[in-house]
Amino acid sequence: MRRTISNVLRLIGKELHSIWADPVMLILVVYSFTVAIYMVSNDASTEVRHVAVAIVDEDHSQLSRRLADAIRPPEFQAPEEIAADAVDAALDAGRFVFVLHVPPRFEADLVSGRRPELLLEIDATAMAQAGNGATDLASIVSGEIAGFLGGGPGSAREPVDLVVRAWFNPNLETVWFGSVMQVMNSITMLTLILAGAALIREREHGTIEHLLVMPVTPAEIVLSKIFANGLVIVVAAALCLIVVVQWALAVPIAGSMPLFLAGTALYTVTIASLGILLATFSTSMGQFGLLVIPIMVVLNLLSGGMTPLESMPHWLRLTMQVVAPSPSFVAFAQGVLYRGAGLGTVWPDLLTFTAQGGVYFALSLLRFRGVLARI
Amino acid sequence: MTVGPVVELAGVTHRYGASLALDHLDLTIPSGCMAGLIGPDGVGKSTVLALAAGVRKIQTGRVMALGGDMADAGQRRQSSPRVAYMPQGLGRNLYPTLSVRENLDFFGRLFGHSAAERQRRIVELLAATGLSPFVDRPAGKLSGGMKQKLALCCALIHDPDLLILDEPTTGVDPLSRRQFWNLVDTIRTRRPGMSVVVATAYMEEAERFDWLAAMHAGWVIATGTPAEIRSNAGKDTLEAAFISLLPEAVRAGHVPVLVPPRPAAADGVPAIEADGLTCRFGDFTAVDHVSFRIERGEIFGFLGSNGCGKTTTMKMLTGLLQPTEGSSRLFGQPMDARDMKTRGNVGYMSQSFSLYEELTVRQNLDLHARLFHVPASEVAARIEAMLERYGLADHADRKPGVLPLGIRQRLQLAVAVIHRPAVLILDEPTSGVDPIARDGFWRSLVQLSREDGVTIFISTHFMNEAERCDRISLMHAGRVLAVGAPGDLVAERGAASLEDAFIDHLEAATGAEVPPASAIETVPVIAEPPRRATAPRRFSTKRLWAYTLRETMELTRDRIRLFFALAGPIILMVTFGYGISFNVENLSFAAFDQDRTPESRELVEQFSSSRYFAEQPAIDSATEMTERLQSGELGFVVEVPDGYGRDLVSGRRPQISVTLDGAMPFRAETARGYVLGVANAYSATLAAQSGTEATAAYTLLPRLRFNQAFRSVNATVPNVIMLMLVLIPAIMAAVGVVREKETGSIANLHATPISKVEFLLGKQLPYVAIGLVSAATLVLIALFLFQVPFRGSLSLLAVATVLYIAGTTGFGQLLSCFTRTQVAAIFATAILSIIPAVNFSGLIVPVSSLEGGGRYVGLAFPSAWYQPITTGCFTKGLGWLDLWPNVLALAGFALVFLLLSQLALKKQER
Repeated sequence: MRRTISNVLRLIGKELHSIWADPVMLILVVYSFTVAIYMVSNDASTEVRHVAVAIVDEDHSQLSRRLADAIRPPEFQAPEEIAADAVDAALDAGRFVFVLHVPPRFEADLVSGRRPELLLEIDATAMAQAGNGATDLASIVSGEIAGFLGGGPGSAREPVDLVVRAWFNPNLETVWFGSVMQVMNSITMLTLILAGAALIREREHGTIEHLLVMPVTPAEIVLSKIFANGLVIVVAAALCLIVVVQWALAVPIAGSMPLFLAGTALYTVTIASLGILLATFSTSMGQFGLLVIPIMVVLNLLSGGMTPLESMPHWLRLTMQVVAPSPSFVAFAQGVLYRGAGLGTVWPDLLTFTAQGGVYFALSLLRFRGVLARI
Repeated sequence: MTVGPVVELAGVTHRYGASLALDHLDLTIPSGCMAGLIGPDGVGKSTVLALAAGVRKIQTGRVMALGGDMADAGQRRQSSPRVAYMPQGLGRNLYPTLSVRENLDFFGRLFGHSAAERQRRIVELLAATGLSPFVDRPAGKLSGGMKQKLALCCALIHDPDLLILDEPTTGVDPLSRRQFWNLVDTIRTRRPGMSVVVATAYMEEAERFDWLAAMHAGWVIATGTPAEIRSNAGKDTLEAAFISLLPEAVRAGHVPVLVPPRPAAADGVPAIEADGLTCRFGDFTAVDHVSFRIERGEIFGFLGSNGCGKTTTMKMLTGLLQPTEGSSRLFGQPMDARDMKTRGNVGYMSQSFSLYEELTVRQNLDLHARLFHVPASEVAARIEAMLERYGLADHADRKPGVLPLGIRQRLQLAVAVIHRPAVLILDEPTSGVDPIARDGFWRSLVQLSREDGVTIFISTHFMNEAERCDRISLMHAGRVLAVGAPGDLVAERGAASLEDAFIDHLEAATGAEVPPASAIETVPVIAEPPRRATAPRRFSTKRLWAYTLRETMELTRDRIRLFFALAGPIILMVTFGYGISFNVENLSFAAFDQDRTPESRELVEQFSSSRYFAEQPAIDSATEMTERLQSGELGFVVEVPDGYGRDLVSGRRPQISVTLDGAMPFRAETARGYVLGVANAYSATLAAQSGTEATAAYTLLPRLRFNQAFRSVNATVPNVIMLMLVLIPAIMAAVGVVREKETGSIANLHATPISKVEFLLGKQLPYVAIGLVSAATLVLIALFLFQVPFRGSLSLLAVATVLYIAGTTGFGQLLSCFTRTQVAAIFATAILSIIPAVNFSGLIVPVSSLEGGGRYVGLAFPSAWYQPITTGCFTKGLGWLDLWPNVLALAGFALVFLLLSQLALKKQER
């Protein structure tokens, strides 16, 4: 046992040396945990922002001008006035997401209580903006009209008073979400690539044979690679959360950092085992790259860190949760970092991805020797 | 035919980065004969040959070949059908997954031969080389000797006037080597005008050449016939003559290797004992019942060609491979791969340099000492001893990568013996090392064997090294042909030399494989075809097609690439289709009903009956609410205060509070919209019930265009098609070109008449075809799995897709001109195509909402022009009239990428 520990420690030292000597990987790690996080989270793409709107004003009244003025940045671009017969062509060409059509005599009909109709044309191929943007536009229009009619006649008569508030992110700022989820994505991507590359580098350089003729077992070799690469990622992720997310992006982190890092350490073991397992299927870095890209994309996109898991079909959701460790890790991270959940709440997620890691590790050890026979 | 020199170099200097390969070299190689460049690795032989063949760009100086100036591109084009160049490395310019015939056919096509002519030449060449029985075997599965013969056939297929061979026999067994040279001789007798220029590291081989130039460190140190060089140096062998020609400083310290006789063995237990060792890979038997005994302290040599099973046998003895059958013993103990103790007894040095390049010499020694558990107190002293003994002290803190090969081999030896093993297993430790360093290495081995009593098991290609062994074993095709002391083996066969004895054994063992001498003679002399005075055509669809065919064959035989090309888009499409969803459904919520009256239950009922929400068990306490929101189980909580029913009935406007889980803002935002909708409907019902109907002053009619059902997939899937058709085809095309750089077959672009445009287009076509197959699959998935309606013009989509894939594969090829490894090509292409395609082409943010720079980045990439076409054809029902400018733009991108690649790709190496 002591021999194993001392071997693993020696090999970890050697692995860290190798990572340090690989400038391409280092640049990738630094880039993914700094520039990539900053760019992606500032590009809050699903927010309603700067959306192009047109207005067809056939009323030319004080109210219709007031409506046009109320549609303002940052949610919307200042609306462009177009003719009624230009609407179809403009929507076909994708020039606007919304066209607000104010019919003739709208103001007059409104004042005389004839309940006129306003038409809102929506380009429903712009899904991310169409739904929430329409809600926003409707509330702008309703506010303006209420203001125009003097006082808020509708609101006082509502029989109930609905108060909606959001916990954990009161203003629903997307940068809070985007930045931390991008950290999760980077953790998954880099651990997978680093661990796989560590094995393939040894195979390409022939050094793996050297290790195997020494009094070192394959398990020690695999463990040292998992631990060394995991360590690099955990340290980088911790620095990234403190410096980039908390400081540069000013995102508050609710929960316990030590708990999160402990969970991340377990997760990197899982993903590194997966990376090594994938590396046993490929003979060169080129093949590994082709194999790892689709898997990486699936792990990140279907983890629940991009769009909610409950929007997926049931079968796909179940498959992902059983096969892939990323959904439980994202659930764990969201619980700890956003909602301040403790170990008592998140242990099932922790257990899930750790168990998956155990399976990957066992499989990669099984394949390890078989693969060497074919060098 | 030609009088005067065939190749002439004047004042040629060539550098690779900081290192100087050729230094003001002047060299004149006579024509019409077999001329050799001799010298160890790294003296500049390959550079001379590559410059003469026109495959490497001249830096300074003048190079003339076949009377033309090789600096002139027109001249190179004109002379390329007259020159054949076979690069270094076993079958390096061959395509390993293609069969012997397919390889030859490809080269025939490159030189524009018709089908009948190709067939005739292939039959002739295969008969002459004895490769006919293996015509359908993939080149990668041939033995080293056969690979080289095939490479020679490929070089000879177009009847060159100048044949340039770069170390054609390195790593080939003596019989194949002799057959190879006989073949060259036969061909020369048939085409006497042909000049042959060869580089070799085997001095024995150089004896048969007509003319030699001995090189050292970028200089020519002697020229003349072999006899002249020997007599001028006053030595018996070329090797001795070569050593004596070296500068004084290099020669200093060179002492001939003397092997003292071995003391009689002390006891009978052999150091290594192999009994019927057999190793099979699938149906291929690499090692076939090999048995031998090696005494303690003996130097035991293993001779044989590449791929004859030497390495496999050695790996079985080190425990790296498990034998399929048979057993081996180390000092009487059965070899067990799991036993860590026996490992401590063995030192191993593998064929290629295999130490950590990122560690210094000292760190490498330290790591190995500690992993072998040399006691901590001895490690430092042991490292010093090794540095001293193997002359590494001056290099202790340098990294192995910068050291010359000879020193790196000494380091490998030092590492292999640092734990004082009793047995040393060395797999071709001296290949590529110059004679002086080789002798130095052997003196260390002799010392280990005779002074320290280490048993040494070594494999080699060099006969003079084999002669130094106590005993040797001759191996071929997995079997041991003979074992004995070198002298005995020679005497037993009555041969003149060990090499002859070995060849004699090989011929006896492989009689069937050797073409009978008559076969070579009966092949008719190839009629000298009339030489075309004009250069080959600038553009030839035949050559282009040769590359297309070959690329397609290679692709269909590479499972990982094929998987990526065909399954990749499908997996990703399904992932994206479901993963990028903006429909929020089945949002789980729970009620925290503190009122529990019919009114409060009616309110909760409003939420649970909505199709967007899924109700979970009710909440009983504030703590429970916090916990369940924290665990992420609930999307929102509806809180109904105590007294709600009472207040509602009495018109006191009771408060309902809804608490959203804000962790995922998009989900929360959408949920808020739905919650407001439910609340409004509820208010309206209440108002209707109480008769105080609030009359809205106006109605806002939303009209969803193009996607009335507001289904996320209708919007996402057409965009994903756009993304898939850039990502996958671009990566595939990038890998296609870079692979050739990695495997070395890019040499064929440099050495044959193929032009850059033919090369690029020829390689691009299969990827465009695969891209179209993917496109068709993706459209079918969109229609049938995701049920996205198709309303527009199919012909528009088809034409635009062809142009788009031509552009995206072109983009991949352009990037591959700048990358050197497959992995760099993959990641560079992925990153550079994903950013504009995902962020700036309307996948998530509509192009109309993009601000400033992003918009222009998007428009500078084909995806932003193709996205309106997929969305237009699927959901918007548009046709040619609306979108023809986009089609034009796509055609423009395809053309521009091709032109840029044409500029970036180099026909010559640097």
